[in-house]
Amino acid sequence: MLIELPCPIPYVPFMNHDNYQNEYIRGILNSVKTIALVGASQNPARPSWIVTKYLLERGYDVIPINPGLAGTELLGKPVYASLKDVPVPIDMVEIFRNSEAAGPITDEALALDPLPKVLWMQLSVRNDEAAGKAEAKGLKVVMDRCPKIEFGRLSGEISWQGVNSRMISSKKPVLSGKGFQKLSLNRS
Amino acid sequence: MTDRLPGFNTLAIHAGAAPDAATGARATPIYQTTSFVFDDVDHAASLFGLQAFGNIYSRIGNPTCSVLEERVAALEGGTAALAVASGHAAEFLTFHTLLQPGDEFIAAKKLYGGSINQFNHAYKNFGWNVVWADSDDPSSFEAAITPKTKAIFVESIANPGGVIVDLQAIAAIAKRHRIPFIVDNTMATPYLIKPFEYGADIIVHSATKFLGGHGNSVGGLIVDGGSFNFAGDDRYPMLSKPRPEYAGMVLGETFGNFGFAIACRVLGLRDLGPALSPFNAFLILNGIETLPLRMQRHSDNTLAVAEHLASHSKVSWVSYPGLRSDRYHNLAKQYCPKGAGAVFTFGLKGGYEAGVKLVSNLKLFSHLANIGDTRSLVIHPASTTHRQLTDEQKTQAGAGPEVVRLSIGLEDTEDLIDDLNQALDAA
Repeated sequence: MLIELPCPIPYVPFMNHDNYQNEYIRGILNSVKTIALVGASQNPARPSWIVTKYLLERGYDVIPINPGLAGTELLGKPVYASLKDVPVPIDMVEIFRNSEAAGPITDEALALDPLPKVLWMQLSVRNDEAAGKAEAKGLKVVMDRCPKIEFGRLSGEISWQGVNSRMISSKKPVLSGKGFQKLSLNRS
Repeated sequence: MTDRLPGFNTLAIHAGAAPDAATGARATPIYQTTSFVFDDVDHAASLFGLQAFGNIYSRIGNPTCSVLEERVAALEGGTAALAVASGHAAEFLTFHTLLQPGDEFIAAKKLYGGSINQFNHAYKNFGWNVVWADSDDPSSFEAAITPKTKAIFVESIANPGGVIVDLQAIAAIAKRHRIPFIVDNTMATPYLIKPFEYGADIIVHSATKFLGGHGNSVGGLIVDGGSFNFAGDDRYPMLSKPRPEYAGMVLGETFGNFGFAIACRVLGLRDLGPALSPFNAFLILNGIETLPLRMQRHSDNTLAVAEHLASHSKVSWVSYPGLRSDRYHNLAKQYCPKGAGAVFTFGLKGGYEAGVKLVSNLKLFSHLANIGDTRSLVIHPASTTHRQLTDEQKTQAGAGPEVVRLSIGLEDTEDLIDDLNQALDAA
């Protein structure tokens, strides 16, 4: 028997932001192509530079965003001052700033037309209010995660560093096609 | 499908070990190679700059060793691990990552004798100063803390056996003073005790013992619990300061909750060199597949042998926390309800001479200086490992003239008891 309860607020799909399912993250990383990375750095020792380079090597079209570097090139890609300056549709906005700054950046992302499909906040960045706004507009949201670590975990690459991928599988990791030290997201 | 955490038995077999990407080999291949070909020049630069995951040179990382690393990280519930050449190397690289010359660390007095030597002598050359505390009295750790204290070190079950440490009590002190808490989990293994669940920040292992379990390979592991936030903590410059070796990268920030394991690898293992051979990693991995079965059998056999000895007319005392009468029995019930491990000591009424005779008379137990083998092992410390000490020093170290240490293997209990009976009769 089904019991219908009164529902005073619009239905929002439940997402547990403390513990993402592997298939949720894999689905995002398999579907996005263009990633605007807000808080890009030109310093190769900074995590944001490393993530930019890694994602470019994995075939993503990374668009660096940083007002201080606007008009320059970073890893061969033109840098824009803000999301609204990007001349192409953005699939995913990756926020490499602090949790507070993630609020106004989310507002900028939600003012884009077309809307991005995914809002991703970097490891240590979490803003539940911003996440709620994005989810209400139909975006998928990931918080407090690093796309490089998640790609490495799901592909199996991170295991080469002795990191606990929390994945076990009787299926082979798949080489990404170029060389022997890059794996794809899927197993066969 | 939800991501349910697999159980311990499943992790012991599968963690870290997917079929080989290049060949489909199902057992973990032994990658017996020094070096790995780069995909291209840019890839090489990324690897050396720590910007990509991958293999360069087997002193820094090797795909067979990394399966072992992930396996043990998963079994302990840590974020990452590093395999090294021995348990001593694991301790060395751990302290190298945490301590600067002039720093102090606090260690429990009851430890494996090799660790006591390492701390008392070798580490003095680096200006790392050990301060001893009593693991039976957790407040002694708090009393020993100074502004120079950079780490606290204990064994979960202390060698030569019979001591269970109150990990939660010591972890609470470490947390209160923001000091990383290191637990040597060699004697317990994660099958019996999981120290991260009680507040440990770092775990070290001699994989030579129960993890490998077959007495054939020396190896060690460092496991990062991911619980200590080193980023921004000036006391730990290896993790919190820009590293000149890596163009100013801050390891504790870049690698987040597995930064400690990475720092041990890229600053310690890379520059100091105690790498594990892939062949040893393979043998230890094979051992770990049966760890849950072996540890239960080790513990069950040991309890039966300890109970028998406790009622033997020539035995004056038995120190095994699995025995109801033991002073550590309540701690054992709390920390290791499945069993209290395989190593314990007992005293002979006949003293030194009886000890020497017992060791000579045993026909199944092997007389040697190791523990954690499928075979049962015996040693009489007073005539071997502790021979150079005075009688008083021997007694203080738990190695008095009458003391015999056993490491119980996986044989039939009846055969072990028969062997001890005939040797005691003749002693």
